[in-house]
Amino acid sequence: MTRTTPFEDDRPVAELRRAVKRYGAVTALAGIDFEVRPGEVVALLGPNGAGKTTAVQLLLGLARPNAGEARLFGVEPRRAEARMRTGAMLQISKVPETLKVREHIHLVSSYYPHPLPEREVMAAAGLDGIEGRLFGKLSGGQRQRVLFALALCGDPDLMFLDEPTVGLDVEARRAFWTVIAEKARQGRSVLLTTHYLEEADALADRIVMIGRGRVIAEGTPAEIKSRVVGRKIRCRTALPLAEIAALPGVRDVRRQDELTEVFAAEAERTVFELLSRDPSLSALEVRGADLEEAFLTLTNTDNPEEVAA
Amino acid sequence: MIAQTPARSLLRIYTLEARYEFLKQLRMPAYVVPSLAFPLVFYFMFGIALPHGSGGPFDIPTYMLATYGAFGVMNVSLFGFGVGVATERGQGWMLFKRASPMPPVAYFAAKLATILVFSLIMVSALFVLGATAGGVRLPAGTWFSLLGVLVLGTLPFAAFGLAVAYWAGPNSAVAVLNIVALPSAFGSGMWIPIQMLPPVIRKAALFLPPYHYAQLALHTLGLDRGGAVPIHVFALAAFTAASLLLAWIGFRRDEGKTFG
Repeated sequence: MTRTTPFEDDRPVAELRRAVKRYGAVTALAGIDFEVRPGEVVALLGPNGAGKTTAVQLLLGLARPNAGEARLFGVEPRRAEARMRTGAMLQISKVPETLKVREHIHLVSSYYPHPLPEREVMAAAGLDGIEGRLFGKLSGGQRQRVLFALALCGDPDLMFLDEPTVGLDVEARRAFWTVIAEKARQGRSVLLTTHYLEEADALADRIVMIGRGRVIAEGTPAEIKSRVVGRKIRCRTALPLAEIAALPGVRDVRRQDELTEVFAAEAERTVFELLSRDPSLSALEVRGADLEEAFLTLTNTDNPEEVAA
Repeated sequence: MIAQTPARSLLRIYTLEARYEFLKQLRMPAYVVPSLAFPLVFYFMFGIALPHGSGGPFDIPTYMLATYGAFGVMNVSLFGFGVGVATERGQGWMLFKRASPMPPVAYFAAKLATILVFSLIMVSALFVLGATAGGVRLPAGTWFSLLGVLVLGTLPFAAFGLAVAYWAGPNSAVAVLNIVALPSAFGSGMWIPIQMLPPVIRKAALFLPPYHYAQLALHTLGLDRGGAVPIHVFALAAFTAASLLLAWIGFRRDEGKTFG
């Protein structure tokens, strides 16, 4: 059941344009461009310190970009009409502890023109049975669920979820994904930040990878995975690095001591190429590259000078 | 673009915000006990129980009703407003509120309403104690004008609490407020009548906002030192304006640079 909105067209519900944000000498965002279109679930994926939270804060009007601009529903993010269509789950340490779960949700719901019924919020966020408990008496996972409920309760067109499943166990994380997927099916847009590729893959229509305050890659989960989740091949070989780097599907190669590490999109093909060129290749080992390594290879190819610094 | 009329009710937001702010504070013993009990206990000990020579220049239980009332309202306001805002700013709750569609004024209005109610409760309890155990007798109109002046004192001290909340870190706000509030309460004659303090302090008191506040409260009883009322009012207004300006700068600074 999609609601009618003033934006029947495909105009972005949230967008950053060449946005730069500096905190003193630290550049959190170095000119970043991306958008969330109506009904889209976008994951901002990146390691800690990549600028994900800063991007969310600019879009929520919690901080002002030093250059470029942030827009929410086509207007300045601080405008009430934009905020009434937006819900946010932020990384915050505490919510006032002496109010009950139900009271928190009651209050935040009152800020919105068409809030969800309380019952629905409790069920979706998994708060059934603890509505009457003070926030201060809740466990870490329960607190996380209350923060999610606060983002959800106004039935917003766009939800910001900043690292929503940090600290949740696997089961709770899956339950969470189900609710977000359901919201997306109803035509709501979601911008979520995460450093779990698995989470971005499970939820997002589109992944925007950021690192060092820049967009490194952007695409569907399948595209990103093919670029990112290469395999790491480790072996002992006499082949020159330049020759290996020129092989198809090889993204990065480096030599440590005697061992050569090759990051490749398709390990099978690369291993075949390597073996056919160097039959004396030994100590072969193939494993999945983790996200941190994937980021390194991407930033290596895109901005070699930065990595050297 | 056609402005969509929001179906939400602003009145309802303000009411709920105030109601939950009050409940939140009421469930916090660390706030309720010092704000309500301290002035009552101090008043009882120093204003009523302690024997004082009759024939002094004024009736101590009556005099101290004004000064401990002023002390109580100052505490309720400084800590209710200052510590509340400082804590919520430090924990990131303020970020959530700012990102939400809550009208920003509702947040501060709720906190102001809450300290007004706490001040009313505290002053009323103090009056009952004074009228019973203290044997204080005043014309009906005087009770009301004293109550009015005391409760108005929430404004300058809430403003100052707010400024401290924005300029002291979330963990140091309580310490800063205590360091400021306790000595200035003493130096302003809130605990011991100003006439009994050493001359140096009596002179310095002119620069303390709580002194002007206490004098205004005493004025309703005819027990002030005889300073001009407009001067007291002006001093408090200037103090309020300066505090609000500082708080405003801090608030704007938060918009550009977030905390934590």
